[in-house]
Amino acid sequence: MHRSDRTGTDQTAAPVLSIRGLDVTFLGSGKPIHAVRGVDLDVFENEVLGIVGESGSGKSVTALAAAGLLPRNALIEGSIRLNGQEVVGADDDTLRRLRGQDIGVVFQDPSTTLNPLLPVGRQIVEGEIAHGRLASSAGQARAVELLREVDIADPDNRALQYPFQFSGGMRQRAVIAMAMAGRPRVIIADEPTTALDVTVQAQVLALLAERQKQTGAAVVLITHDLGVVAEVAHRVAVMYGGRIVETGTVREIFSQPRHPYTAALLRSAPRIDVTGDRLDPIPGQPPTPTDMPTGCAFHPRCAIGEGRQKCRAEEPPLRILDGTRRSACHYAEEVPPPFRSGSGSVPAIVRPAPVSAPEPLLTVDDLRVHFPIRAGLLKRVVRTVRAADGVSLRVAPGETLGLVGESGCGKTTTGRAIMGLVPTTSGSIRFDGQEIRGLDRTGMRGVRRRMQYVFQDPFSSLNPMLSVGEAIAEPLRIHGLYDEMGGAAWIARLFEMVGLSPSVAHRYPREFSGGQKQRIGIARALSLKPKLLILDEPVASLDVSIQAQVVNLLQDLQRDLKLAYLFIAHDLSVVKHISDRVAVMYLGRVVEEGAKHDVYSAPVHPYTQALLSAVPVVDAATQGRTARIVLEGEIPDPAKPPSGCHFHPRCFRATDRCRTEAPAFAPVPGSPSLAACHHPGAGA
Amino acid sequence: MSGALVAAARVGRRVIAKPGAALSIAFLAGLSTLAACAGLLGFDPLTQDVIRMLEGPSRDFLFGTDELGRDILARVIYGARTSLVTAAGAVLLAASIGVPIGLMAGFFGGWRDVVLMRIVDLLLALPGIMLALAMIAVLGRSQAAALVAVGITGVPTFARVARAQVLTLRRRDFVTAVEAFGATSSYSMFRTILPNSWSPILTQMVVLSSVAILLEAALSFLGVGIPPPTPSWGEMLRTGKEYLHDAPTFAVLPGLALTLTILAFDTIGRALSTVIEGRDTVIAARSDER
Repeated sequence: MHRSDRTGTDQTAAPVLSIRGLDVTFLGSGKPIHAVRGVDLDVFENEVLGIVGESGSGKSVTALAAAGLLPRNALIEGSIRLNGQEVVGADDDTLRRLRGQDIGVVFQDPSTTLNPLLPVGRQIVEGEIAHGRLASSAGQARAVELLREVDIADPDNRALQYPFQFSGGMRQRAVIAMAMAGRPRVIIADEPTTALDVTVQAQVLALLAERQKQTGAAVVLITHDLGVVAEVAHRVAVMYGGRIVETGTVREIFSQPRHPYTAALLRSAPRIDVTGDRLDPIPGQPPTPTDMPTGCAFHPRCAIGEGRQKCRAEEPPLRILDGTRRSACHYAEEVPPPFRSGSGSVPAIVRPAPVSAPEPLLTVDDLRVHFPIRAGLLKRVVRTVRAADGVSLRVAPGETLGLVGESGCGKTTTGRAIMGLVPTTSGSIRFDGQEIRGLDRTGMRGVRRRMQYVFQDPFSSLNPMLSVGEAIAEPLRIHGLYDEMGGAAWIARLFEMVGLSPSVAHRYPREFSGGQKQRIGIARALSLKPKLLILDEPVASLDVSIQAQVVNLLQDLQRDLKLAYLFIAHDLSVVKHISDRVAVMYLGRVVEEGAKHDVYSAPVHPYTQALLSAVPVVDAATQGRTARIVLEGEIPDPAKPPSGCHFHPRCFRATDRCRTEAPAFAPVPGSPSLAACHHPGAGA
Repeated sequence: MSGALVAAARVGRRVIAKPGAALSIAFLAGLSTLAACAGLLGFDPLTQDVIRMLEGPSRDFLFGTDELGRDILARVIYGARTSLVTAAGAVLLAASIGVPIGLMAGFFGGWRDVVLMRIVDLLLALPGIMLALAMIAVLGRSQAAALVAVGITGVPTFARVARAQVLTLRRRDFVTAVEAFGATSSYSMFRTILPNSWSPILTQMVVLSSVAILLEAALSFLGVGIPPPTPSWGEMLRTGKEYLHDAPTFAVLPGLALTLTILAFDTIGRALSTVIEGRDTVIAARSDER
């Protein structure tokens, strides 16, 4: 969507959704949880309002309250008027009518929103039939029409299929079709693209924006992703600690924020369009509803409010600054612009040049990991999932190789195969001068002293039965090296290295937040003093402000301990920030590899080019840049990869040769990168 | 391991918060204390007084006397000792055989899983009481034989519970993490997976206690359980049945004790499983975001 096409919001008209003084408290077995504390919000026709916030900010609760979808133990106070009709305290019949006519909801995870036992076509018209606006005989035709409106190919047949036959992106399209079926005045989209891959996210966001424009509905888009907001929204409300702290147009919010939290959030996010600088994290943790600071909820983390009595004592009201801008800060006028001009105030980190060694620390050659799928009485192999299908990588001592790709491309499998956690089919893995593929558990034992793994989900990677001190000591005890490595003193040192106090060692994992648990996971991986860390999406499950803390920590540790990283991630901005070199994977193969600068500024493989152009960019000022490459379709099933080049069905440069012949992974003439493409080159 | 203790204390507090479970725990605690201190309290289950046989309740004998003039109350209290000790021993035996079988079957999979679980299925296919009868026929009639017989019938349940735990926990990252550190299989199984499986295993132990008590009583009722003169509830029910016309109150107390004990174990078991599966907590907050 181009910004110039956007419908100017007519703020003189009555809002379609108007929230006043909304308070939501959850009553449970323990202390009541005050999740939303006095939210005022107006949404007008023809606009996309983005609600941004970290986990626990109350953004989803606010939106669910508007749709009357909160559970029964939620105590709702205040007023929510939808199209002039009060939602708070409305009876079930009124709510049902509202949901059918005036409000549509798109949830985060399309795989759980659809009923797996009903054909998709029947589900998307179910609501209209139930409300008596559609005869059930006309249901099929209407379903086909709705699916066509959301650009699903072959809608006649698709309408008869079940959700499991749809891909993730198609399911979300079907959910959007369902939400829009009744032409509601307001659509609430709760993290609608968070569960989708970046190339699919681009498709779905474009669709959502297009359908919004066609129907003139108001869309409330809830997300933690600043880039998504910058792409799609007209107006933004930033939430923190259960309140709205700032509202304004997208351009205002991103170029001149008036709340220190907004400014800090913008500064802490790694950006794909800016290089080199160290991230500027927000110190501390977001508050939880049960542990809300006095006065301004942000004051313990605020650079402006630091030490000011007023911030500690008095909760700032959401006051009007000028026009439509509101900010809940006592010192809104003092907020600095978010993006430093030129080289900036934060010094760029000086990276040690990777030590040039005769042999890389890790060399992976033509690695294949095939998972047979067995079926039938005799357990015959019916097909094979080629999770990794000829992956070649190298990591030099002390450097970071970023391994990026969308879900299902085999990046995690590759990492686990290197670590010896999944059986490999063929190829070679050399680590520290030794072939390690096919070593047994005993053989791997020695290798694992020098190579460690950090898991994506800090919640499940720590044993809940061990105190965090025991967890960090566990690798040492397994190898019988606890005393040799320095015992308790070394454990305390590890805690300090990852920025935690050794005094927390006796506590259990559930007492820690996600970011703290990830620090503990990193400390545990470092306890054996490895040379290589395989980091599998280490920051993907963390909030933006916490992400920056962990990324900075990883960079500091690398510098101090001369570690090499294999950094696996789907987030291109984070990978760009942390990597020296980058490898891009697609459907089990590396399609492009090169120095970070070359891959990001002059990609040669069409997939890399599409992937980079699909990333939403935070800076509203750079909007309307070069046309986006929106890829058709989604990643194919790795059990049935396309012939020839795996990417050819989605590629804008594909020729007959691509359909029959798999390209070799080789240097590209005129480019320092390697790529697997018959037609490499710049531009679309 | 102290993590398991912390978690157990947390679960324990929530179980006690339920009135039914608290009452059951109080009842079992009282019964155990009574059984343990029966001798100190002056109860005498063995002295016969044939002149006063089959008496109804009186000041001397609160619940009357049996066919040999023994105090029924004293015999029921001593019978509790027999029942509880046999049940506890049987459950511990079943867990210490069944849990390792399940852990190994689930952890290694493949042929070991097939072989071990088919043996378990074989045990499961035979009715417990038949299996116990057959075993007593081989081992002879004694308290130890009853304990072993009842214990063996409990093995399949523990094996299945432990195997199911391994299969779910194996996919968790913290189990993979331990493997990534280079831990041995037995470390993964016994130091990582087992402590995390304590809760369903504990629930099974409580539930199986009631089954074991019932089975032991059934064996005695059939006349193959604990040999006389050791008092046992099942044996008292069996004798009481024969004097139903002459002394209708004979079987009341042993029957009541048996029913209440089984009910108490079942109530605690149910409370444990609701607490552990989190079914009793009101969903505190449809946890905001992601």
